[in-house]
Order: sequence, then structure tokens, then C-alpha cells
Amino acid sequence: MISFYMPDLKHIIPEGILILSALGILMEGVFRKTGSSASFRRFSHYGIIALFLALVVLVFQHKTGEKWVTFEGQILQDDFIYFAKILILIGSMAVLAISLPSMMKEHIVSFEYSPLILFATIGMLLMVEANDFMTLFVGLEMQGLSLYILAALSRDQITASEAALKYFILGALATCLYLYGSSLIYGFSGTTNFQVISSMIRIESTGGLSIGLFIGLIFIMASLSFKVSAVPFHMWTPDVYQGCPTPITAFIAAAPKVAAMVVFLRIMVSPFLLLYADWQSLIIFISFASMALGAFAALRQTDLKRLLAYSAIGQMGYVLMGLAAANDEGIQAVFVYLTIYLIMIIGTFGCLLCLRGKGFEGVQNIEDLSGISTLHPKMSFTLAVFMFSLAGIPPLAGFFAKLYVFKAAISAGLFGLAIVGVLSSVVAAYYYLKIVKVMYFDDVPSSPAVTYGQVLVLSPEMTVVLNICVVIILLFFIFPNPVLEMAQRAALALPI
Amino acid sequence: MINVAALTFYILSGVLLTSAVMVVTSRNTVYAVLFLILAFFNASGLFVLAHAEFLAMILVVVYVGAVAVLFLFVVMMLNVELGSLRESMRRYSLIGGLVGGILGIELMGVVIAWNTSPEALDLTSAPLVNYNGMSNTQSLGNLLYTHYALIFQGAGLILLIAMIGAIVLTLRTREGVKKQKLGDQIGRQAKESVRLIDIPSGSGI
Repeated sequence: MISFYMPDLKHIIPEGILILSALGILMEGVFRKTGSSASFRRFSHYGIIALFLALVVLVFQHKTGEKWVTFEGQILQDDFIYFAKILILIGSMAVLAISLPSMMKEHIVSFEYSPLILFATIGMLLMVEANDFMTLFVGLEMQGLSLYILAALSRDQITASEAALKYFILGALATCLYLYGSSLIYGFSGTTNFQVISSMIRIESTGGLSIGLFIGLIFIMASLSFKVSAVPFHMWTPDVYQGCPTPITAFIAAAPKVAAMVVFLRIMVSPFLLLYADWQSLIIFISFASMALGAFAALRQTDLKRLLAYSAIGQMGYVLMGLAAANDEGIQAVFVYLTIYLIMIIGTFGCLLCLRGKGFEGVQNIEDLSGISTLHPKMSFTLAVFMFSLAGIPPLAGFFAKLYVFKAAISAGLFGLAIVGVLSSVVAAYYYLKIVKVMYFDDVPSSPAVTYGQVLVLSPEMTVVLNICVVIILLFFIFPNPVLEMAQRAALALPI
Repeated sequence: MINVAALTFYILSGVLLTSAVMVVTSRNTVYAVLFLILAFFNASGLFVLAHAEFLAMILVVVYVGAVAVLFLFVVMMLNVELGSLRESMRRYSLIGGLVGGILGIELMGVVIAWNTSPEALDLTSAPLVNYNGMSNTQSLGNLLYTHYALIFQGAGLILLIAMIGAIVLTLRTREGVKKQKLGDQIGRQAKESVRLIDIPSGSGI
């Protein structure tokens, strides 16, 4: 007989809640009348409630400093993963809330929207808690597949279909790279468990390590760079951001980026920490190239979502700088950055979703925002706050995010990288501030043929989310401690 | 005395590689799919040789039985223009060959310099010792439903997501489609649907 112990199921209650509610929503969608705005709103509310319940259970179950491993070491949780899970759940919840009115305006009312978001969230949770290459693969695929479907959801739009196809094919390629890389690593170590691999490298590091292990690691780094859209695997990002309906772009830009970045950090630091000297130069290059491309390629963009895509590439470069530092301070900086990034991205996309043209079509170009400060002073102020924060103007949260990353890089001796980071953030400030300038100093277009953001579509959920985001961004410098402490505990949980 | 197992291995892998090349190069796409099926059969033979009977059977059942047949349908329905494909293949052949060649050389280097960690052998052979005396299928099932239950269920969820995606992306409710409604059809009464008209002889309606 085989020895087998029943795994402790209480650890996966949050995931269980999400799975059951996704299946429940699907069932209700099958048996009750769907397709109307009211039913769409109801389904989204179910999704938000499910995510909130999962968050509550997660927070109440977790004790600071506690670490558990379950399912034969396939998943684990410590302070690091706990923080990542909170970010993911909050990100998905906020996106579901802000996408409510705009999905209806874009005539996407299929009830599968919120179950797909839930499935993507389950995949992300599985990704970050994975302690094994197989669990990580299942999580990556679950998340990826849901995102491809979401991107293709508005199937009558040719741009959305194109974006979905590009996303799907390049995502499948990244999956192949991941699988090939992990098979090479398995070939060397005979296991897929992160901790065992780590101990194996510790034993081996005196003798010679297999070249196959390095090649495998590089393949996995390539695939994860694709997921976080870092240069040189960023090509899909502008097209996908531009082509997808804006609510779905918001989702792709928020939680999945955070999850992929956390996984990147974990893979580099947990099993392969001893190969630090070997992977550091690669991470430095990726970080450097992403920051530079994010700053310079966005300068000539006129499309708002394309601009935000290049901005996301640049932001990921800054986050990777914290990973390149690979010390406690760096990990802490990564988490602070990811938290603030999530809030800024949700806020920015929330503002874009609110502003609509005369026929309720979404804003497309930067010119669409010209002169809206006279029409909607509050909304333009909100958007301006997020733009200043993205640019890294001092009292706002975005400045501190960058500050911690630069500090970590300097304490690790990466002066060149920090200088490039500062310079590229100066360049990037140009296009963030250009949006503010267009909103406040440009004239309202006089020709009636031009549609611009003159109609404001607000829902109660949207107001709540935007207010919370603005308050956090504005007041972070007074109360930074909760985030800083959690990030520090997360960093301490890693064997660095 | 020639080793029968080695001979079988070389025959199977030789045919496998040849048919794989033929899949890519053959002019007729239907032939390409048929060569693919041949490749699947030979690969399953290789699995049998490696004592992985379950995988061999699954390969035949799933890939030959379902996937290849699906490919045949797709190939016949899409009517792929081979001329334009070939044109683009020529255009990218140089750069593609260069990148592929470099990658190939690098991977050769990996294979030549390959070494495994000393514990790896213990780890990979561990399940085989435990599962001695069980059939292939039984031991795989035991592993899947106990040690890998989480991953197995996760894979199930992925399949569910794929199914949702297929339905969301293809199902359209169209106007004016006549569907069978069994209840209505059986419940129809003669007086609702049959009209008796008295027609005097000699005149039309």
C-alpha cells in the first residue's frame, strides 16, 4: 500500500470559496435569464462578495510569522505569500467594481465575465503559493487561459480579436518556454519541489553545476519576463492593452502583473538564490532595458492605453531593480512598489472608464481629454493625482515607491542601474505630465465632429474605489507604516 | 547477436523522425496529417519499449483517435493555401534557420555537458520502488489521486475554463432559427393546427 496522509484542507479555504462561487455563478447563469444589465450587475456583485469572503478568511486564518506547507509540499504560505495574496484579491475585487458600468456600455454583458475573473484569481493565488514547478504551471495556465478568454470577450470588435489572438499565441509560446525550462531543471535535480532543488544546489555548488540547470533557469526567466511584460519579451503589451476593451485591459494590467512579479521574485530567490551571481546580470539587463524602453517608446504615443502599456513596461523595470538588488531591502521595495502600482493602475483605469464621449464610447486618444477640467473638475483632479504619482512627484505615493527601489539598488552597489532609473523616470515624467497639461491647459475641441470625454459615467462602486485610491496615494507619506511593515515581514520570510 | 530491443528502438525512432520531417515538408496537408498519425504510433511504440504502457495507449487513444481526426477535419475545412505559406517560409528561412541552428548547437552543448545531481537518481526512482508489483495504470492512478490531487483538480479546472471559453466565443443567439420544442410539438391539438375547408366541386380555393 501507499502511505498517504489527507492534506490539511483548511489551508485552501479561500481558494475553495472562489471555486465554489465561480461554479455557482455559472450555474445561476445557465438556469436564470441573463444578458441584461441588471443580471450582469448581480453577477459582478456575487464575484465581489466571493472575493471579499476569501480575503476575510485569508486575513483571519493567517498568523504573523506562521508558515505552513501542505499537499505534500506542493503549496506553502508564509508572510511573503500572504501579502501577495492580499494584493491579488484586492486587485481583482477593485477591477470587478470599476468595470461594472463600462462593461455594459461596451455591450459585453455575458455572465461568464465574473466567473472568468474568479478563475483567473484562483490561478493567481495558486501561482504565488506554489512550491513546486507543477503547481506553478497549473496556476500559470489557469490564469493565462482565463485572461485569453477575457481578452477575446468582445468578439465583434476586430481589434479585440487581434489582441486576443496575439496574446494567446505569445502566451502559449511563453508556456512552452516555461515547460521546457522546468523539464531541464527536473532533469538535473530529479524533483520539481522548490526547497529540494534549493538544497540540491547548496550541495552541488562546491562541485560543478549542470549547464542544463542554467539553461532551464534562463528559459523560465524568459517565460516569466513575458508574463510581467519586461523587455525583450514586451512586444505583446501595447497591442493587447490597446485592443482589449478597457475594463479587461485594467484587469490584465493590475493583479496578473503583481502575481507574475511575485512568482518571478520567488523563483529567483527561493530555489535559485545560490545562483545569484549568475542571474543578477540578466535581471539587471532586463530592468535597464525595460526602464529605458518604457520611458522613450511612450513619448510619441497618442493612444492612451498604448501609452499606459509602455508605462507598465517601465514600471516593471523599476520593480525588477529591487529584485536585482536581491537583499531584504530590495524585496521590501518590490512589495511597496507593487502595492502602490496596483493602486495607481486601478485608479488610472477607473478614471478612463468613467470618461466617455457623447455616444458613451470610451476615450481613446490623449486629445480626447482636452479641456475636461472645466467640465469635470473632480475627475480631472483625480486623474491628475494618479499621473503625478506615476511620474513620481514627491509627496505622492509613486515617489516613495521609486525611492525605496533606488535605495535598495544603491545599498546593493548597483549605482549604474539606479542612475538609469532616475534618468528614465525624468524622461517618463514628460508624458505623464503631458496628460495633465492636455486636461488643464488645452482648449475644448470646438468642432462637433470630435468626440471627447464629456460625459461622466459614475456608479457607486466606482466612486468608492476611486476615492479610496486617491486617499491612499495622497496620504501614503503620512501613514506609510502598515504597507512598509507588511513588506518587511514579507521580505524576512524569504531565505535571503 | 543483435539486441532486439535496440533494433526495435532504432526502427521506431527512425520512422518517427522521418515522418516528423514529412509532416512539415509534404505538399498535401492531408498527407501531413497522416504522417503525423504515423509519428504518433511510433512514439507510442517507444513508450511501450520504455515500459510505459499506459502512456502508450493514451497517446494512441487521445492523439490518434481525437486530435489527429480533428486536424483532418480542420485541414479539409480550411482549404489552406500552401503557396503563400511556402512563400513566407522562404522569406523567413534564412533568419529562422540561423536562430534555430544556434539554439540547436547550444542544446547540443547542454546534452554533451549534461550531469545530474547525485541525489536525483534516488528521487526519480523512489516511486518505482514503492509501486513495485502494481501495473502501470494502477500506480499512475494512485499517484494522481493521492499525491497530486491538487494539481489534478487544478488541471480539471483548466479544462472547465477552456470549455467556458469555447462556449463564450462561439455561441451566438440568432433570430429566426427554428428549433425543436418537444413539449409544444407533442402538445399540439388537431383543432389548433388543422383547418377544414369545404370546397365546392369544380372551383379552386
